[in-house]
Amino acid sequence: MRAFSYERASTIEAAAKAAAGTDGAKFIAGGTNLLDLMKLEVETPTHLIDVNRLGLDRIEPAPEGGLRVGALVRNTDLAADERIRRDYAVLARALLAGASGQLRNRATTAGNLLQRTRCPYFYDTNQPCNKRQPGSGCAALGGFSRQLAVVGVSDACIASHPSDMAVAMRALDAVVETVRPDGTTRSIPIADLHRLPGDTPHVEHVLERGELITAVVLPKPVGGKHIYRKVRDRASYAFALVSIAAVVLPNGTGRVAVGGVAPKPWRDEAAERELPNGAKAVTAKLLANARPTEQNAFKVALVERALSAVLAEARG
Amino acid sequence: MQSPGALEISRRDLLVASAATVTVASTASLSHSQTNAPAASQSTKVSFTVNGERRELQLDNRTTLLDALREHLHLTGTKKGCDHGQCGACTVLIDGRRVNACLTLAAMHEGEGITTIEGLGQPGSLHPMQAAFVEHDGFQCGYCTPGQICSSVAMLEEMKVNIPSHATGDLLAPAEVTPAEIRERMSGNICRCGAYSNIVQAITEVAGRKA
Amino acid sequence: MRFDTPATTNPIDQGKVVGQRIHRIDGPLKTTGRAVYAYEWHDPNTRYAYGYVVGSAIAKGRIGSMDVSAAKQAPGVIAVVTSDGIGELKKGKYNTAKLFGGTEIQHYHQAIAVVVAETFEEARAAAALVKVDYAEQKGVFDLAAAKDTAVTPKEGEPDSAAGDFDAAFETAAVKFDQSYTTPDQSHAMMEPHASIAAWNGDDLTVWTSSQMIDWWRTDLATTLGIDKEKVHIMSPFIGGGFGCKLFLRADAVLAALAAREAKRPVKVALPRPFLMNNTTHRPATIQRIRIGAERNGRITAIAHESWSGDLPGGGPEVAVQQTRLLYAGANRMTATRLATLDLPEGNAMRAPGEAPGMMALEIAIDEVAERLGLDPVEFRIVNDTQVDPENRERPFSHRNLVGCLRTGAERFGWQDRNKQPGTRREGNWLVGMGVASAFRNNLVLPSGARVRLDREGIVTVETDMTDIGTGSYTIIAQTAAEMLGVPVDKVAVSLGDSRFPVSSGSGGQFGGNCSTAGVYAACVKLREAVAQKLGFNSSDELTFAEGEVGAGDRRVPLAQAASDESLVVEDRIEFGDLDKTHQQSTFGAHFVEVGVDVATGETRIRRMLAVCGAGRILNPITARSQVIGAMTMGVGGALSEELVVDKERGFFVNHDLAAYEVPVHADIPHQEVIFLDETDPMSSPMKAKGIAELGLCGVAAAVANGIYNATGIRVREYPITLDKLINELPEVS
Repeated sequence: MRAFSYERASTIEAAAKAAAGTDGAKFIAGGTNLLDLMKLEVETPTHLIDVNRLGLDRIEPAPEGGLRVGALVRNTDLAADERIRRDYAVLARALLAGASGQLRNRATTAGNLLQRTRCPYFYDTNQPCNKRQPGSGCAALGGFSRQLAVVGVSDACIASHPSDMAVAMRALDAVVETVRPDGTTRSIPIADLHRLPGDTPHVEHVLERGELITAVVLPKPVGGKHIYRKVRDRASYAFALVSIAAVVLPNGTGRVAVGGVAPKPWRDEAAERELPNGAKAVTAKLLANARPTEQNAFKVALVERALSAVLAEARG
Repeated sequence: MQSPGALEISRRDLLVASAATVTVASTASLSHSQTNAPAASQSTKVSFTVNGERRELQLDNRTTLLDALREHLHLTGTKKGCDHGQCGACTVLIDGRRVNACLTLAAMHEGEGITTIEGLGQPGSLHPMQAAFVEHDGFQCGYCTPGQICSSVAMLEEMKVNIPSHATGDLLAPAEVTPAEIRERMSGNICRCGAYSNIVQAITEVAGRKA
Repeated sequence: MRFDTPATTNPIDQGKVVGQRIHRIDGPLKTTGRAVYAYEWHDPNTRYAYGYVVGSAIAKGRIGSMDVSAAKQAPGVIAVVTSDGIGELKKGKYNTAKLFGGTEIQHYHQAIAVVVAETFEEARAAAALVKVDYAEQKGVFDLAAAKDTAVTPKEGEPDSAAGDFDAAFETAAVKFDQSYTTPDQSHAMMEPHASIAAWNGDDLTVWTSSQMIDWWRTDLATTLGIDKEKVHIMSPFIGGGFGCKLFLRADAVLAALAAREAKRPVKVALPRPFLMNNTTHRPATIQRIRIGAERNGRITAIAHESWSGDLPGGGPEVAVQQTRLLYAGANRMTATRLATLDLPEGNAMRAPGEAPGMMALEIAIDEVAERLGLDPVEFRIVNDTQVDPENRERPFSHRNLVGCLRTGAERFGWQDRNKQPGTRREGNWLVGMGVASAFRNNLVLPSGARVRLDREGIVTVETDMTDIGTGSYTIIAQTAAEMLGVPVDKVAVSLGDSRFPVSSGSGGQFGGNCSTAGVYAACVKLREAVAQKLGFNSSDELTFAEGEVGAGDRRVPLAQAASDESLVVEDRIEFGDLDKTHQQSTFGAHFVEVGVDVATGETRIRRMLAVCGAGRILNPITARSQVIGAMTMGVGGALSEELVVDKERGFFVNHDLAAYEVPVHADIPHQEVIFLDETDPMSSPMKAKGIAELGLCGVAAAVANGIYNATGIRVREYPITLDKLINELPEVS
């Protein structure tokens, strides 16, 4: 871990300004992903801005009828919130399927959205990785790719996004609120937050330098049956091979986002319209452009089968 | 029952270590200022309480809470198993909540209250969870054990305040202390010796005793 | 004491302490965080420095040059010791790959430098500044591709044969021929390798985490080129090993070299992401099993061949060894072949040989039973043998495999197993049961101990034996307590110090039986010294009970024998040829019930039972823990554990605990263990045998057989992950 200077930010504006004005600055909240990567020198910030005391830890009603979740709300607290459990159960379930009790106690809403891939080559600084070191190549293509993405990938990168929470938020059409260093704010639909790798896999999201996530807004509840199905080798404390976040309405329509298969939470509204026609029809559209490796080709079948189980549960 | 010999070594070490804590911390920082001192901005003063005792440290910013406890305060009951949040051996309680001490910087905990395994009980006056682990043989090599115990104590509190888990059937109903709930909630603490079955029995006993 | 005739009645048979459910005497220390592990030794008057290891970024080649200038100038750095700078070091007897020194790179993450600094943070940061130019060479990393280049190993017994396998197999009524693979696996013990080294002139003290104190002491002295007498090893608490701490590792070498260079004590721990490639692992195998049987179920021909790989100078995974002994059959052969691979060093992991061997053999047995239309429990029983099948003159010392199978089948409700695979469904779960035999040889090694009686009546045992979670502290205390007639709390046990008599150490499931037998020997000597001191006649029938020594009407407090000075004796157990004249093995049966998610193919374990016949159980609590721990490791081996080889770059890719998935709490149900009530007088005066590895052997196959029973899908490549099932599971859409 390289040396860095450290400050505890006291206001949102000061935090954003400090981040923009300092080369190599990063925000630190829970730290559960950033410190992991800093120890390996995958991340090498020269300055850390501790945003834990910015008061962004509340869950409040949003004016339009949803909930505004502060960026610093811990995963545990978000999952335990009565309103989330009642109206956004798919989100509570996704959060609880992630990591461990200890990690959920630290990990934050914003940090979870921005967590980085678990691709083993990304984690090993001796190996080529276009995401970590642009232009160095991708060792995962032709290497160990069982966990990695099958869709939305490029020749430069097949990393998958590891979040559970973000998959549920994608299904819920959450909106990310930010503050930029100049003090302006903006709202980014979660669908637009993450970028596909293309030939710039190191650019993972649309946030600008110094831009700080302040909240995630959940639109007003959509009802229906909420299911989050995470498929993994180990029964707990493991990343998803495939996960399904589904909200199914009594008429058989609904929403589906898929995790573990793409560089971002994967949802396709056209595929979703096939929901009444069953898992096969949805998957055919959702993964129509899949480009799996030999090692992760099983994910295509797995998505269909897991979705099929989810739909059966929703009907039952 | 104690083995006098085995205990002797550790007791001696423990007594020496705790008596000397303050001295050690200050000599360490002294040696820094004399030799290759990092720039002032690369270290931070932090004060927090550990097991009820106020501690003030001037630390390299990179120092994790885990290394602050082990290398600066010589509270080595908190273990470094992976240093990457993948095993749970470093579990401590911060203001009552369990966290991985390896994935948080000491400097981030200004003013907070940290409880380590040493703060739960001592040989001769074990915390009920420690006693239950001994009774049910909920450990073998002992390296994950402090983390398992800290985690289980906090985990039962989480259940009391109605925090759900992946194993909770109905999110709108209070979770019950079942083996399935305990297993899911304890899954962030890996035991390679494989004492899981016994650990679940130990926790179940303590949960029952409390109820 | 030489043990060369079967044990007769001795004080251990009283069973007042030995065999009783006694809680670990080190429990209060371990549960309160007061047990001190290697990296934690702390003398407040010492300024420790921190060493951080640098590992090779390539798998094979040479170091062209190393530039340490930036590292040396980094804040806090005291010294940088490099592999090319220090030159070739002599290799320890037990190491295959060199641990440090010279410019040759034999495997990924091989240690090439250690950076010493005032703090851990400074050492870690500076280590990343070491720049290395490599001359990379092409290596061989793929066992399957290298299989045909495998040769017959020079050591051991690579080939065995009895009768005429080829002829018998050719004419067998039922012929079975299948191949299986087991992957490379990692010990993944919770405490990473760690050492603190301190020099005092020529004398070196190393606090470390070692299963085998004397092996480490000897090999560290060899590696450093110093006199063994100058090396003092301390390892009283070890955070797990499973074989990964049997042999000297780089942390101890680096700490010693770094401390010499830095002129002060240095602490070195191997970072977790480093362990899988820097240390050792269980090698992958390819196994072929052929079985010929009569229609009535009798095996007439059995052959087991195994291929594995290792670095030059290394050895094979002896996956065939149980097949030489487990089942009857007049015509048999085994063969072990070894390919040269440039992966990290393969070596012993818990139950080397039998663990992967049983993973294959016990699926094969299940397959043949099905082919014959026999219950797999009955098929195993039909082929039981009480003699070494290769040498029928040589009996087993004690063998009750049949008892294990029958007891287990009854307790587990085996009769309720669905006979037709894939037919039991509970909700989304396909449910099945699997069984496997458990088998692991019993090994005997000499083991010494020193025993002291003081005026307070405290008995102190000192031996360099280690407790890696096995319960050594406790069973040694029980042994001394039984022998001298005192309660356990009057016994102090000091372990893991090279100043103490050399013991068997911990490995190969020999530690429990052998180390307590060594303590037994020393206690016999102490009893004699006590008797003499207290003026008993050598012909007296002495009893040691309740803190007193008695003969006839005379009873004297034991402590009185040490009233003027402590009595100290030392002895060791040495074994004759009872393990040659008789085959000493341990036996068991594993029963597992699994559920396989019909949609996703996720397998979850629902119930587990092990029945073990392994001689006297010295402590049912600690022995049971060894078995449930082994069962847990077996579940990992069945379902998730695999070090994935990058066949291009030549290293284990998933080298941390997130990517190498060992079982977590949620993977393991309540586990049941039954010990058959037996003793084995051929094994030692303790009449005990090993248990810690037996518990692992067969578990994964029982899981595999359970998955087959649940789904009708036979997977012969471990681990059995869902991707290997998903295409054959029933339609769900």
